[in-house]
Amino acid sequence: MPDTMTFTKKELRVVGTRPVRPDGVPKVTGLARFGADYSLPGMLWGRILRSPHAHARIRSIDTSKAQALRGVKAVMTSADLPEQKFEYVGPERVAVNFWHMTRSVMAREKVLFEGHPVAAVAATSKTIAEEALGLIEVDYEVLPHVIDVEDAMKPDAPLLFEDMITRGIEPAPDRPSNISKRIELKIGDVEAGFAAADEIVESSFKTAPVHQGYIEPQACLARFDTDGQAELWASSQGHFVIRALSARLLGMDIGNLRVYPAEIGGGFGGKNVPYVEPVALVLARKSGHPVKIVLSREEVFKGCGPAAGSIMTVKIGIKKDGRIVAAAGVFKFQAGAVPGSPVMNACMCAFSPYDIPNVRSVGYDVVSNRPKTAAYRAPGSPISAYAVESVIDMAAARISMDPLQFRLKNVAKPGTPTVWGPKHAHEGFAETIRALMQHPAYTTPLNKNQGRGVAAGYWFNNGGESSAAVHINEDGTVLVATGSSDLSGTRASLAMMAAETLGVEFDKVRPTVADTASIGYGHLSAGSRTTFATGIAVVEACKKVIGNLCARAAMIWDVNAEDVVWDGGCARYTGKKSGEFEPLSLKAIAVKKSVTGGPIVAEVSVNAGGVAPGFAAELCDVEVDPETGAVKVLRFVTAQDVGRAIHPSYVEGQLQGGAAQGIGWALNEEYIYDEAGRLTNAGFLDYRVPVASDLPRIETVLVEVPNPNHPFGVKGVGEANIVPSLAAVANAVSRAIGQRMTELPMSPPKILKAMNGGR
Amino acid sequence: MTKHHVTTTVNGDAVEFLCEAHETLLEVLRDGLGLTGTKEGCGTGDCGACSVTIDGRVVCSCLVLGVEAEGKAIQTIEGMAAGTRLHPLQRKFLEHAGLQCGICTPGILVAARSLLERNPDPTEEEVRYWLAGNLCRCTGYNKIIDAVLDAAREMRGADHA
Ligand code: FES
Ligand code: FES
Repeated sequence: MPDTMTFTKKELRVVGTRPVRPDGVPKVTGLARFGADYSLPGMLWGRILRSPHAHARIRSIDTSKAQALRGVKAVMTSADLPEQKFEYVGPERVAVNFWHMTRSVMAREKVLFEGHPVAAVAATSKTIAEEALGLIEVDYEVLPHVIDVEDAMKPDAPLLFEDMITRGIEPAPDRPSNISKRIELKIGDVEAGFAAADEIVESSFKTAPVHQGYIEPQACLARFDTDGQAELWASSQGHFVIRALSARLLGMDIGNLRVYPAEIGGGFGGKNVPYVEPVALVLARKSGHPVKIVLSREEVFKGCGPAAGSIMTVKIGIKKDGRIVAAAGVFKFQAGAVPGSPVMNACMCAFSPYDIPNVRSVGYDVVSNRPKTAAYRAPGSPISAYAVESVIDMAAARISMDPLQFRLKNVAKPGTPTVWGPKHAHEGFAETIRALMQHPAYTTPLNKNQGRGVAAGYWFNNGGESSAAVHINEDGTVLVATGSSDLSGTRASLAMMAAETLGVEFDKVRPTVADTASIGYGHLSAGSRTTFATGIAVVEACKKVIGNLCARAAMIWDVNAEDVVWDGGCARYTGKKSGEFEPLSLKAIAVKKSVTGGPIVAEVSVNAGGVAPGFAAELCDVEVDPETGAVKVLRFVTAQDVGRAIHPSYVEGQLQGGAAQGIGWALNEEYIYDEAGRLTNAGFLDYRVPVASDLPRIETVLVEVPNPNHPFGVKGVGEANIVPSLAAVANAVSRAIGQRMTELPMSPPKILKAMNGGR
Repeated sequence: MTKHHVTTTVNGDAVEFLCEAHETLLEVLRDGLGLTGTKEGCGTGDCGACSVTIDGRVVCSCLVLGVEAEGKAIQTIEGMAAGTRLHPLQRKFLEHAGLQCGICTPGILVAARSLLERNPDPTEEEVRYWLAGNLCRCTGYNKIIDAVLDAAREMRGADHA
């Protein structure tokens, strides 16, 4: 177990500074290798054939002509992947069903969305691969389709799975539907709570599905030996997870697959699951050649999970003094083509910022003819927060109370029960709201057509399985290897914690992301867990190495090991023996490694508990053009409790990136379908993510309420920042135009319509 | 398939290559010449990850055909550092944490260098509009803008071209 708080802030030498990241230079010179940058001799190009229909039965697939084309070395369909058992495995919140997953990777009896993979080829050139796709004949029986969540819930909706009975309802329904599950979480007596309220505020909301928008399309390179051993180079949020899922989907032993982590060009949750890797592996196995697959942007939009869209209703009851006494929410989430939206997260996080005695959250996970959703930064939470924080804003306005004061009055504290059972255990929420209240932006006057919105948001953060190895080289330099994919600077934060713990200079520590055969298991870089959980593994490994170094110093001095301590990067003798005991530096011990016991190495694996949640509060000022309905974001301030910022620049960067994505989600981004159920904006021209000229400076406030369960106080920083953003923008727009906006994105036509009283 | 023979200059060096008529300059650079520093984010001219300069002008190499490189001077990210010395923009991106994942970085650096060649003293707004064709999904652009402005300041002070 990690010790509690090993360092106080003023003792820190490295943590809290802003060194240049150790993996930085190759990334500014173009030499860093991302997913698409690997090649091997004899390599083939893989391409995927995708469904042109939103919903159709596959009567037959004839690949013979493609197979016969010169230069084609392999063609695959779902027949090349073993059938999987129908069962939900893992904790309910993140349960997976491999029967569904294999169908997401490659369609079996039906195609369930436009862009659904149906076959794939590997050929000696991209051109030949493309030509071969055109020669594959698929006989489809086109079926009626359904795109929107409410349509999909109707009793007469076209069914994606003719035998899907909603889980979570007692007694089980006797008819199949597109509702994969219903969940209900509650505390207290919600009806009694509303009956006791002085004011009740209720509204319904709709959000569009949006894409994570990572700039690097999915890409990988696979090779397969005839003895069944395979290697894969892939950019993902977790090469150990990609290994496990790919092996399972192919029906091969995990031990036969070695995955090398490529640099990853953005993930945001979208690269937690495999899309191209199993396909490339099968093609490599069938062809006997290395196979590279790089998706196009259109394929990314059409085939690789966006975030869920939703329809929600939220109701809260308050007392005249501003106390919230009851809250209820119904959250209907689009899962996409197979079950598994983050609706449970949405239900859990929705009211978590607040101390409300009576709460009920009901969620529905609904399938429809869209790509299967994937995680996106704090999956689920920004969506429900948009609805809840909008209603909170309306409630504060109803009783003419300052909206941050209103939130502060109701804020959750340690001991406040959560809707899923355990009590909140950490400080930081109130501190974060107060930090935003004290920011000068909060009292800056506004002009005509301008509005200010605020919102707060909660995210669990994550701990879990991580491994780290620390090697002391014979010249006193240090190697830190972990199995955690580095999305945005975690090599820097992990090396900083190692340097701090060992008492050496930052640039003496070289961090690497090791492949699956070179280090113990590491779970995904997701859930804001890497600096927290992998950080604990690194610090523990450093401590183990320190123990070893002290023992060697004791051997050199011929004293008892108990009388040696590690302090300031040196072994020091604290015993009573007389004689010369000049402190021995790490380097001084390292050079003697061969005569004091050989290699100095420690590897530690943890399943980190003690997670502390993330909490953010944000402010947004907008100006709405009354002629066009266009929104300009004038100012954006994001405050987040980060526990402790290891490398403040990269922590600020997380807050800024989350806010920018939230602004895009609120104002521009959406999946737009035509009548035939085809995505009409599968490119960055029509799916518009914020560009530099769309955004103001994003001002950050790092609130540091340390997590006592982490050696440096880390809470996790990657996700909480996006949770309030949608609502902060929506509240600002609503205040600017004097009309509540209840649908995202708030595109100019929708705003004009609201300003013109619905016309 | 007949291939075309193209003679061009890449990062100051004479280069010859063969390419199919429909192959883009981006494909030639990455797949043919092994210069994978230039990235593909969209292939349709909408993200700027593939930015290179041709005769000093920034272009999306995904929208240029390989054959169009004939007789031109191409500059890619691999040619930005002067030997072992990083360009001030590269250094400032590192100092200001102007990158998170780094996939957009080569394109943004190439575009920013071109801005500073034309306008050594840009305002924040000018930088934001000049880089509006380069998507970054990680950073929210703040630290990218800071890095470019600081590099411009240093380059003016040092009279660096
Ligand atoms: S790859 Fe050329 S602009 Fe996106
Ligand atoms: S740093 Fe990741 S896209 Fe810009």
